[in-house]
Amino acid sequence: MISRIFDVLTRRIDGPLMAALALTLALGLTVVYSASGGSSVDRAFAQGRNLALAIFALWLFAQIHPQMLMRLAVPVYLSGLALLVGVALFGEVRNGARRWLNLGVTVVQPSEIMKIGVPLVLAWYFHRREEGLRMRDFAIAAIVLAIPVGLIVRQPDLGTALLIFASGFFVIFLAGLSWRVLGSVAVAGAVSLPFLWSMLHDYQRKRVLTLLDPMEDPLGAGYHIIQSTIAIGSGGILGKGWLNGTQAQLDFVPERSTDFILAVFGEEFGLIGNVVLIVLYMLIIARGMMIAANASTVFSRLIAGAITLTFFTYAFVNMGMVSGILPVVGVPLPMISYGGTALLSILIGFGILMSISTHKQLVSS
Amino acid sequence: MMVGQALRDQQRELTVFRNRLMLSGLFIIVAFAILLGRFSWLQVVQREYYHTLAEANRISVLPVVPNRGLILDRNGEVLAANYSAYTLEITPSKVANVERAIDDLSTLIDVTPRDRRRFKKLQEESKNFESLPIRTRLTEEEVARFAVNRFRFPGFEIKARLFRSYPQGEVASHAIGYIGRINDADVKRIDDQGLTANYKGTDHIGKLGIEGAYEKELHGVTGSEQVEIDAGGRAIRALARSEPLSGNNLAVTLDLKLQKIAEEAFLDYKGALVAIDPKTGEILALVSKPGFDPNLFVDGIDPQNWDALNNSPDKPLNNRALRGQYPPGSTIKPFMALAALEYRKRSTEFTISDPGYFALPGVAHRYRDWKKEGHGLVNMHKSIVISCDTYYYGLANELGIDAIHSFLTRFGFGARTGIDIDGELAGLAPSQEWKWQRFKQKWYAGDTVSVGIGQGYLLTTPLQLAAATATIANGGVPVHPHLLRSVQDAKTQELRSPAAAAANDAAARPENIAFVRAAMVDVTRPGGTAAQAGQGAAYAMAAKTGTAQVVGMKQGERYDEKRLKQEHWDHALLIAFAPADDPKLALAILVENGKHGGSTAGPIARVVFDYYLTGKKPAGKVTLDPGAGDEEHD
Repeated sequence: MISRIFDVLTRRIDGPLMAALALTLALGLTVVYSASGGSSVDRAFAQGRNLALAIFALWLFAQIHPQMLMRLAVPVYLSGLALLVGVALFGEVRNGARRWLNLGVTVVQPSEIMKIGVPLVLAWYFHRREEGLRMRDFAIAAIVLAIPVGLIVRQPDLGTALLIFASGFFVIFLAGLSWRVLGSVAVAGAVSLPFLWSMLHDYQRKRVLTLLDPMEDPLGAGYHIIQSTIAIGSGGILGKGWLNGTQAQLDFVPERSTDFILAVFGEEFGLIGNVVLIVLYMLIIARGMMIAANASTVFSRLIAGAITLTFFTYAFVNMGMVSGILPVVGVPLPMISYGGTALLSILIGFGILMSISTHKQLVSS
Repeated sequence: MMVGQALRDQQRELTVFRNRLMLSGLFIIVAFAILLGRFSWLQVVQREYYHTLAEANRISVLPVVPNRGLILDRNGEVLAANYSAYTLEITPSKVANVERAIDDLSTLIDVTPRDRRRFKKLQEESKNFESLPIRTRLTEEEVARFAVNRFRFPGFEIKARLFRSYPQGEVASHAIGYIGRINDADVKRIDDQGLTANYKGTDHIGKLGIEGAYEKELHGVTGSEQVEIDAGGRAIRALARSEPLSGNNLAVTLDLKLQKIAEEAFLDYKGALVAIDPKTGEILALVSKPGFDPNLFVDGIDPQNWDALNNSPDKPLNNRALRGQYPPGSTIKPFMALAALEYRKRSTEFTISDPGYFALPGVAHRYRDWKKEGHGLVNMHKSIVISCDTYYYGLANELGIDAIHSFLTRFGFGARTGIDIDGELAGLAPSQEWKWQRFKQKWYAGDTVSVGIGQGYLLTTPLQLAAATATIANGGVPVHPHLLRSVQDAKTQELRSPAAAAANDAAARPENIAFVRAAMVDVTRPGGTAAQAGQGAAYAMAAKTGTAQVVGMKQGERYDEKRLKQEHWDHALLIAFAPADDPKLALAILVENGKHGGSTAGPIARVVFDYYLTGKKPAGKVTLDPGAGDEEHD
């Protein structure tokens, strides 16, 4: 009886992936506890609740057949798009950005929906066009991608826009957009850099400039980077020990439980901790790529590949920014940073991966 | 066919997908390798560097400022004390727009225009990473109101600080001096003395008077506290602490009650008074009128008050007792008489017949006596009592300037007395050599004649006059005037007195001193120029009056005070000591534009002696009447 229940519960769960995720998530909880001061369990408890919800969502999405997901792609994308337009027209402004929409019942951030919606709809589109893709298809895909990204950039939310762009780009790239086109787009992008630069907000430009020389404004924009590199560097090989990071515990690291949690982790667990984290991430990514490579339909392999690469992008952008080699953009460290929304969208992504992994036999048979 | 094509396309699509996935995998490996390289660089190669930075972030050594020593009068009355109060301070470098931030602040707590002006002045004088007070003496309620809104004001901080206060206000302000914020010149001096570490955390330093001269005693030893601080600079916990050592309390020689009575006796006149214990050199009163309120300087003086003090024609910041250089007028006559006796140029019996003027042999110019018709027969005793000018014109001429110079030097004229506060000027006891060096001019006999009655090139400070008078009162032995009575060691609570200065040789022979003293007693008796001051006194008082010209008179011109503006009226002088047989107090008084020593300076001396010798306080206000005693001009 018990084994039957267990079997029902785990039937759609990919074992190796789940193991790696569980280890990473457990690590994340301990760091959140430390980053929230180590004296109160409130934050760790809240994150535990977020985690429970997100794991349930993972399990739920793992049950959904990829075919079903494909049918959901267009409605999710269109409703996300409608909400984004709603934000642009009636959105709430918080911290100078218009990102939230009050639906009366709850306040939502529609850009989060697009993190799933954009790769879903692109994968769906390429799946439908699997009999020979033409340039026209890629052009349509580019437009489908550009509209939500443009809306989110305008909010402004550069970090999220970048991640959504990345997830859509990965679908297009994996679908086989020719190198020639990729190359010319890259050249065009490089040429239009000065123009894009002029489109950026002052604070965004400052972030890029700060990366080049953090000491330029040590108490302003450079402060985050300076303090986080001090935290990581002073951790050394072995780290200062859990709850013992002076930079973290004495509040020198800003946003230490969210975007800059890697500084806390690196200070307290040292280089060894960082290596462990990178290895865990690589295991997760490797497993995701295996699932993508073995997926049986165009839709499922594109969506699996895009989810995996997007996950990598999250991890790399955050680690790069906290360690001072990338500009500061608001991207949390996946599965470690405090916060429910990001955790939910990432674990939903892994739920989809697990669904693809465990449903493929049924499809191919 | 179609199916085959589709399959081939599918196959091709799968190959492309797998290739690109593999490529992505390679890219990911490279990316993570870069991150690992970055982490290794930070955490292995640069680890020491960042460790140091983290420790520097974490640990801060904060100075613990010692309490400044108190200043008390000889009877333990408090002249300078400390009180603790909250101040609101701004570190300009941490505030984007200081002006606007202060505007915001003023909606929360009172910020007066004076506070703003003072802050602006401080800001101009300091470096912008220094914490500067915008408001001092905050009430508990204001502190609470600010604390709630603290987050709105980065770079603002409430600090509990000790403030200096001078409870006596203007009284004795020139002797006590004041403390002010440390300026660049102070910083340099502190550096030169190697005291930089001890002044960490100290914002104020003694600038003038006792506060300035005994800065080392008063400051104390700064302690330190090693604290762990958070990113907001708030101390989380103390790691180690060494206690500061308070500054030493100082007792000064001033007698506050006497000082007050002396200052009040000046009414609205400008001038100076120095009262010395002739046996010890202790200064019991040191008056320079007008005074100023030293409390204005404590938290940085605002520009308006500063301009008012600095630009006032009355020069309240000038310490007249030490820095006012005036011709001594007739008060020099007892010393001139002594010189003649010491150098045996005139005996006490030598008598002249005064026609009302003196002329050098072969010169038409007449040096007039203040009494046009002359005093008739005048010997040395009478010359002092009635202040005969003619007698001293001739006496000076007989002595010659160099003898006068060397004799006056014995009494401390022409040199600083060495009082233990700064700023003293030396006055001038002229000589042939001096005139040659100063003007490249020969000394003329006529120059000497003027010096005989305390005019011409001769200049003295009230302090010098008082010290010289004390020398006569002390039987001819000079004393060192000083203000410090004792130091109470903050550590051992023991009292220590300042090292006694080496005893001086007598400046004149006792019998000559005795002769001059007797004549000075008669000055205060009927027939003397200060008879009014001595009338009805319960003790014998010795004195000499004087008048110092402010405007030079041309030959043949008579001094007509009615035609002159008050600021050109003569200065009145008086030197005195009492009781005459066993002097306990010697003093010199200068009343600017007071005209006659007997009628304006005399009553001041009387009030001071009355209080000091008999404990009698003046009944009502003293009357100083420059018009009285016109006939008895000196």
